[in-house]
Amino acid sequence: MKLELKGISKAFGTFYANQDIDLVVESGQIHCLLGENGAGKSTLMNVLYGLYEPTAGHILVDDKPVSFRGPGDAMAAGIGMVHQHFMLVPVFTVAENVALGAEPTTFGGVLSIDETRRKIREISDRYGFDVDPDALVEDLPVGVQQRVEIIKALVREAKVLILDEPTAVLTPQETDELLDIMRQLKAGGTSIVFISHKLREVKAVSDVITVIRRGKVVGDAPPTASATELASMMVGRPVSLSLDKAPAQPKETTFVVENLTVRAANGTNVVDGISFDIAQGEILAVAGVQGNGQTELTEAILGVQEHVTGSVTLDGKQLLGLPVKDVLRSGVGFVPEDRTVDGLVGPFSVAENLVLDLYDQAPFASGISMKPAKVAEHAKAKIEEFDIRTPSAGSAAGTLSGGNQQKVVMARELSRPLRLFIASQPTRGVDVGSIEFLHKRIVAERDVGTPVMIVSTELDEVIELADRIAVLYKGKLVGIVPAGTPRDTLGLMMAGVGPEGGSDD
Amino acid sequence: MSATTTAPRAGATALPAFRPSMKVPISLGVLALIALVFFGFLGPDKTAEMKISDSGDAVVVPALMIPGQVGGVVLGILLLAMAAYSIYLWTRGERSPKWLPIAFAVVFVFALLVWIVAGARQPSISLAGLVAGSVTLAVPLVFGSLSGVLCERVGVVNIAIEGQLLGGAFTAALVATITGSPYIGLIAAAAAGAAVSMVLAVFSIKYLVNQIIVGVVLNVLVSGLTGFLFGTLMVPNKEQFNTPGRLDILPIPLLSDIPIIGPILFEQSIAGYLMYVAVAVVWFGLFKTRWGLRVRAVGEHPQAADTLGINVNATRFWNVTLGGAIAGIGGAVFTLVTIDSFTKDISGGRGFIALAALIFGRWNPIGAFLASLLFGFAYNLQSILGIIGTPVPSQFMAMLPYLVTIFAVAGLVGKSRPPAASGIPYVKG
Repeated sequence: MKLELKGISKAFGTFYANQDIDLVVESGQIHCLLGENGAGKSTLMNVLYGLYEPTAGHILVDDKPVSFRGPGDAMAAGIGMVHQHFMLVPVFTVAENVALGAEPTTFGGVLSIDETRRKIREISDRYGFDVDPDALVEDLPVGVQQRVEIIKALVREAKVLILDEPTAVLTPQETDELLDIMRQLKAGGTSIVFISHKLREVKAVSDVITVIRRGKVVGDAPPTASATELASMMVGRPVSLSLDKAPAQPKETTFVVENLTVRAANGTNVVDGISFDIAQGEILAVAGVQGNGQTELTEAILGVQEHVTGSVTLDGKQLLGLPVKDVLRSGVGFVPEDRTVDGLVGPFSVAENLVLDLYDQAPFASGISMKPAKVAEHAKAKIEEFDIRTPSAGSAAGTLSGGNQQKVVMARELSRPLRLFIASQPTRGVDVGSIEFLHKRIVAERDVGTPVMIVSTELDEVIELADRIAVLYKGKLVGIVPAGTPRDTLGLMMAGVGPEGGSDD
Repeated sequence: MSATTTAPRAGATALPAFRPSMKVPISLGVLALIALVFFGFLGPDKTAEMKISDSGDAVVVPALMIPGQVGGVVLGILLLAMAAYSIYLWTRGERSPKWLPIAFAVVFVFALLVWIVAGARQPSISLAGLVAGSVTLAVPLVFGSLSGVLCERVGVVNIAIEGQLLGGAFTAALVATITGSPYIGLIAAAAAGAAVSMVLAVFSIKYLVNQIIVGVVLNVLVSGLTGFLFGTLMVPNKEQFNTPGRLDILPIPLLSDIPIIGPILFEQSIAGYLMYVAVAVVWFGLFKTRWGLRVRAVGEHPQAADTLGINVNATRFWNVTLGGAIAGIGGAVFTLVTIDSFTKDISGGRGFIALAALIFGRWNPIGAFLASLLFGFAYNLQSILGIIGTPVPSQFMAMLPYLVTIFAVAGLVGKSRPPAASGIPYVKG
């Protein structure tokens, strides 16, 4: 099936998420849409899938114009979509999720779920998916949930499959498996629209690459194009993808975590007996798939988790049990993983956000009064230093782009003399240009002699920044390995297999 | 790997081993002691008579005669044994099985009954009457809680059950009087309940107003409106507007003569039979049909449903409307079955009890039905014990249904999970 988008525009108010986009997906091809977060890829696919109505332009299937008023129409036309955030009902079984919306029924609308079970087994066998139709979706690992989504589309006989950032939640091994599945589907005649911002995967699997920037098509590129070329197309200016980083000069070990355990409300240990240390002038990167205890680990160090046992010492001083304020005053800089929820007060101005941790101290306050002039002065300096693109220091932080919001958080946390710097997902949802800048700042902080802990689910970032790499799996430390450990080894560790082989469970 | 394999073990010693909650063993223990001391040692020395069948029944079973003090001690020891078993399980790190609190509750209530009856002026009650009366009082609650189940399963919180019951009760009385047929009144009640529900649906689904607020406002609105119409229309012209007559009781021959069960299952009005049918149909519909799968998907993950071509807001709208119609029928029971006229605020907070029943019943039609029966029992106990004259002040007896509600919802519900999207309006995109 040939799919064509002609002159598609989608406006939200005065803002154009897509502007005059042309795209042709040929039958049996893997067509990649490459672009940064917020470039308008997902919007375009939501238009194609009938979730949004385009402001202008039209869609052609096999050269015939169609109009989709809802996802039902798109599915009937043979388009299936696997969303970035899975559209699965967690308390339903796999079969129920697959049946939903196209339920096989007998007389009077009574479900005959057996037929769905049979179809799932059939597809499962054909592609080697290994999915149990009667398992509850919420009990399945993310990779399997994704296969359920693919089965959902295949059961509806999708000829074009849209995969929206499918690898964001996967381990490297699961990613490889997914790429294999994509090749198999292609061999079976299914066209695939693959949305991603990860260059390596795109190059590995695509037949054609279309690059999108700020809602417009920049151009097509063959999969043989170099990563630097593709990145430059995405960002719109030359970028350097590799970080110039001098070897670490570790000095004294000042930050020690011993036997840290965090118990969740349901009685399980989300962080389970973790011990590590970081020396001054060294970056320890914590790798792992999302949800393996990273959040709880960093929050336990900061002091916002309950039910924490073990020991966390900085410069010989016990941090566990201290109020958050005292932890921060001990010289801990903390960049939380979700800047919009924990890092910033959205409606507050950039200037106010830059002093959230210092507002009650000199020079920003004396006694009970704040000194707005000092705050503004501070903001001016930081905006310049961190190249924060904001209309003014008085603009609400929530209105800035992701990258600039992150720069505000980073600027604030790095504006005090630090004894320890922790950054969680420092570049999530940040454009390639800003990533470069943020990474340089992190390395600079290391080079002044601060112990640095980076938590990231992006393996590329971990490899880029780390002097040593710690891998978490199900709340446990699988191991700590030196920088330069092969990706494959790291990938296996992220799935719970120790560096010397042998499974963790 | 050695560092990582030893670490968890060391961590485990730092934390006490995880134990199930002590809530159940402790509360059972305390209640058992209360029963033993108050119902047993300090219990009345008269004998309680519990009649099982009425003199007119086909099969006559002799009445239970239980001496107050001895009975209290025996039952109290039985309760203590169950509490001890629960504590024993707790020390072994196991949860008490589900049947234990239920069995405990049954025995406790029986002990309470013996204590109250034996201490009454006239130490005799009819168990058959008690149970049958409980079902009768539970009928509006069952309809109300089914309405709640339908709404919450699709993602709309229905606080307006009270208003739907009241609207149904008023309309049933009015229409039945005017047309002279209680059956037309019953249909009109369903329409009235649906109308109240549609207001809830429009405001909460289309205009995204907070569902709790709309529900509360609707309750006040319906109460005010029916109260006003009652005062201006029905009070001065009772004959014309407020003499609906009753729905006939339709006993099924033979089956209705079975002791205890007969009157409950086979000697009901059309509304009573409808209740059983509605519970079964809603349960089957929700869990065995395409409609139910879609309804539950909309209530759990509306976006997922939307991406599969299911119209989320239309599904919500019609389900809420259907729920309202069911609650309306429940309201009609007040004015067409229980008594044969409307009075101001006749539903008397039953809508909120129905809401509690739906939560206690874990958003399941059958669970809601059983929970409603429990609350119906509490209402009935209150009135029967008032009649036989107990030493307990009537004001305390009046609190009984609400006390049961609070204990049931707060203490016994345990970890139940409401539909994930309940109360959250769905906005596309």
